[in-house]
Amino acid sequence: MSKISVKKLDIFFGKTHALKNVTLDVSANKVLAAIGPAGSGKTTFLRSLNRLNDLNPDMRYTGKILLDGKNIYDEDVNPVELRRKVGMIFALPIPLPMSICENITYGPKLAGTKNRAELRELVEKSLEDSFLWDEVKDRLDDPAMKLSGGQQQRLCIARTLALKPDVILMDEPCSGLDPISTAKIEEAMTALKKEYTIIIVTNNTKQAARVGDNTAFFLMGELIEYGETGKMFTAPNDKRTEEYISGRFG
Amino acid sequence: MRIDPKVSQRIMVTVLSLATGLALVILFFIIIFILSKGIPVLNWKFLSTFPSKMGKAGGILPTIAGTFILTLVALVFAVPLGVGAAIYLAEYIREGKTTKIVRFGADCLAGIPSIIFGLFGFILFVVILKMGWSILSGGLTLAFMVLPTIIRTSEEAVKSVPYSWREVSLSLGATKWETIRKVVLPNAVPGILTGIILSVGRSIGETAAIIFTAGSSLRLPTSLFDSVRTMSVHFYILSREGISMKNAYGTAAVLVILILAINLAAYWILHRFTKRNT
Repeated sequence: MSKISVKKLDIFFGKTHALKNVTLDVSANKVLAAIGPAGSGKTTFLRSLNRLNDLNPDMRYTGKILLDGKNIYDEDVNPVELRRKVGMIFALPIPLPMSICENITYGPKLAGTKNRAELRELVEKSLEDSFLWDEVKDRLDDPAMKLSGGQQQRLCIARTLALKPDVILMDEPCSGLDPISTAKIEEAMTALKKEYTIIIVTNNTKQAARVGDNTAFFLMGELIEYGETGKMFTAPNDKRTEEYISGRFG
Repeated sequence: MRIDPKVSQRIMVTVLSLATGLALVILFFIIIFILSKGIPVLNWKFLSTFPSKMGKAGGILPTIAGTFILTLVALVFAVPLGVGAAIYLAEYIREGKTTKIVRFGADCLAGIPSIIFGLFGFILFVVILKMGWSILSGGLTLAFMVLPTIIRTSEEAVKSVPYSWREVSLSLGATKWETIRKVVLPNAVPGILTGIILSVGRSIGETAAIIFTAGSSLRLPTSLFDSVRTMSVHFYILSREGISMKNAYGTAAVLVILILAINLAAYWILHRFTKRNT
């Protein structure tokens, strides 16, 4: 059964038609890579899945997004609760101006976890799962801003994991990172899909080929092609997909 | 003819450094002038005793108390109101006509001469609301006076917190208010504090608005409805009525030292705040 089912989703920002009639299913415990040139709607698609687009008062939508069969735009869905289930990693590493430890406990504390031992355990487990624990275990109370860019991004992943989400959204998570840090994040991603469903937006088609089980190609707000990554990169159905992947435009 | 860039560079550096130097010289001249005339008068007795013969002799204890109480009352009203309005403007309503009107109004209010505030406070608080010349009337008038400063500086401070931090906080399952309370406000504190310090300085130095609303009693106040005299008002009366220039300078010196101390304390707090997380 699919984890997320997007049905005929249209999104508008004022007069801009940002996403056009998108229908796709995301399988559980797989990595879906969304690729496409700038302005193709892939980030809008991603931000509709945790309703972060709601922050823009000019946003309108039609269609449905089912998470485990439940439409996340239903009246009785609280976006705050939804965002705990659907975590997000942003393009730039954005640690909150607090200590490493506080960054991780920020979400769980708001969700009501008060027990100190439980929080400590959560910090350790989240940092281990994001491959950061060994690098920071002796300085959990240092400001998160002091970490390197790659470490900050892994901290952001740990912070999201601490919410125990079902789905993790990643919006070009490696765009500001060096190749080694990128490799570490990709390593984390591959390990994480055992427990989570991951959707990653990337500008880097090679990254999509490396980490994506499935790939979705967006262009001008439309979903052009969607399928298994191996097939898409070797024998795409649409000419535009082939042109984009082979670097002829975009 | 083209001026040699090296020469024009040197000319501008000289002009700009002279401007800076002159500003500093004037500041130091004032401070040294006041302190040299005032410090000989200062001693523990001057600070801790009541004035006698209208201030010709004795100390300035009640005016020190009056200054502190009045400023405190002004802040108690102005800070929550001002910071609240700033949060509302910056976070809860969309940029548009309303925000522009409010901002324009605040800027106009900031430019109104203090004596007009005094007259307004006198009519509204002292006469119509029958509070009399009192700490409450004076404090409320001062609060109105410093409100625009607090709103504008706090609004800028709130806006200077990166938008991405708000998105991160919301994406981690925080509500809007939790985001404001835990991420936005703590990081806006240095800016908000700057506005409060400016307001404290203005309150302490204010004379015109206070004579009209808080009166000039030399007794130590026992309730919010008592009249008080601040150091500024005391200085004004001592020198205006020619009671004692010696004690006037003594009062002025205490005022100057107090304001310096407040600024230093504020810098220290700001420094500690900004060092903690970055």
